[in-house]
Amino acid sequence: MPADFTSDDLARVAQLARVELTPDEQHLFSRQLAEFLASARQVQEVDTDGVPPTSHPTGAFSPLRDDVVRPSLANEAALAQAPESDAGAGLFKVPRVLG
Amino acid sequence: MAGLESVGEITGAIRSGRASAVEVCRDAFARIAQLDNPLRAFLTRAEDSALRLAAELDRRRADWAQLPLLGVPIAVKDTICTRGVRTTAGSRMLEHYEPPYDATVIERLVAAGAVPIGKTNCDEFAMGSSTENSAFGVTRNPWCLDRTPGGSSGGSAAAVAARMVPIALGSDTGGSIRQPAALCGVIGIKPTYGRVSRYGLIAFASSLDHIGPIATSVADAAAALQAMAGPDPLDATSQRAAVPAFAAALTADVRGLRVGVPRAALTGGVDPEVMDAFDSALDLLRQEGALTVDIALPHNQHAVTVYYLVATAEASSNLSRYDGVRYGFRAAQAETLSRMYDLTRDEAFGPEVKRRIMLGTYVLSAGYYEAYYRKAQQVRTLIRRDYDAAFEQVDLIAMPTSPTPAFRLGERIDNPLQMYLADVFTVGISLAGLPAISVPCGFTADGLPIGLQLAARAMDEPTMLRAADAYERLTTFSRRRPPA
Repeated sequence: MPADFTSDDLARVAQLARVELTPDEQHLFSRQLAEFLASARQVQEVDTDGVPPTSHPTGAFSPLRDDVVRPSLANEAALAQAPESDAGAGLFKVPRVLG
Repeated sequence: MAGLESVGEITGAIRSGRASAVEVCRDAFARIAQLDNPLRAFLTRAEDSALRLAAELDRRRADWAQLPLLGVPIAVKDTICTRGVRTTAGSRMLEHYEPPYDATVIERLVAAGAVPIGKTNCDEFAMGSSTENSAFGVTRNPWCLDRTPGGSSGGSAAAVAARMVPIALGSDTGGSIRQPAALCGVIGIKPTYGRVSRYGLIAFASSLDHIGPIATSVADAAAALQAMAGPDPLDATSQRAAVPAFAAALTADVRGLRVGVPRAALTGGVDPEVMDAFDSALDLLRQEGALTVDIALPHNQHAVTVYYLVATAEASSNLSRYDGVRYGFRAAQAETLSRMYDLTRDEAFGPEVKRRIMLGTYVLSAGYYEAYYRKAQQVRTLIRRDYDAAFEQVDLIAMPTSPTPAFRLGERIDNPLQMYLADVFTVGISLAGLPAISVPCGFTADGLPIGLQLAARAMDEPTMLRAADAYERLTTFSRRRPPA
């Protein structure tokens, strides 16, 4: 049984999810997630020995198709919605990667 | 053109020359102009593209006989991609997003003659049960303006309930078609998982996401489902089974049909007026020759928790694509890439979306995966097995769609756990991937609609539609209209 959810857990999770949270959000979400996870204890008490997990309602399947080249999204269309791009070079642009 | 409301009336009028597709389309926009303030069901009206499509239909006389939805205006939930028409998913993140492609359902409905006329409001990324989580304002319930239309497909349900359009598309992950349909007094169908392609549906939780129709009659909803359903090479999870003719199932005959009722799962928290309407609906089905059978769904008590563990885990993964690079919002002031990610996702996601990303990331993270996510997947198996066992004894399972009628705007927004309970009767069916329909089955003393939910075996939409249609013919609830 995992320990109670704390504000440290939330800070760790926010970093994993790459979401900056305001102090108000940190406070509120810590409390609400702790409440939800406390209610999840009942689920943890269900006997699931030998029960396979369901990841998909109809069972996992991977249909294959023929490996043929087909038309796909044009470069200009792919770049058209980007916040910043270099259409001439056909590239998305981002802020510098190294801090 | 007044009075052209059903699929049959609209297609009949166009084929006989009594109305043109353009006139029908203009009429829909006139109703929206008249009714959408104060309801605010629509986020975007696609007048130019709709009128162009309608004019083209008017010219294609030779094809008319082959178009089952000829000239029928449809509204589309804003989680479904429409080429060149803004698709926001109710989020600042996609406020100016214009998809470069149509969802498969849109292509198919247009191929069947339907005319998409606009995009409807919804909870942000379909996360919510009241449409209050939209970044673009609330939608009001046409039956009572200070109440929610339900959610997350609240805009679609309100648009149909107010008769702005005969058909709207919704998406349903844990009840987001059925619950707003119930709260707005209209029909909503969540098909079997994989019956309808998800290609072009903005992903929330991929093992639970469905697209389905909302309409004012079972026959119209079935006609829309017919046009949308079937395998799609662009969605690897779409089912390859052939699609039966749904209209042929609408025989109005429920004799001998075995309807399971999970009595033990219905105790506590159900509004007494909802329970009375539900019991009266069962009485009526029995009078018509159906049999009701007590069934057990012992693990249904865990369905809400399991649903929120599984759905948020999948959402945290699906929503990682919103990184400010390829489309959507980007925070302006970030100097480095990693800072840009953090600020973009902070500024453009609303509170419920952040809350769910946090929960989902946590239950998937090292040290917690086994205790929460894997455990939830195992209990999901037990929930599915309960339904499998029940369907060995019965043909349908009946429950109220929602434990309460429409609640007041603002009443639950600060209490996510209470909001999640709106889904108590819909999420188990979602986890099992089964088809279900909500059909109006009464009104409270205050005039708020109540919905009856009927679920069927996987791929057995025909039995579900047959019973819902039969029930609808015996009652007048779905013909009642909200006050003007």
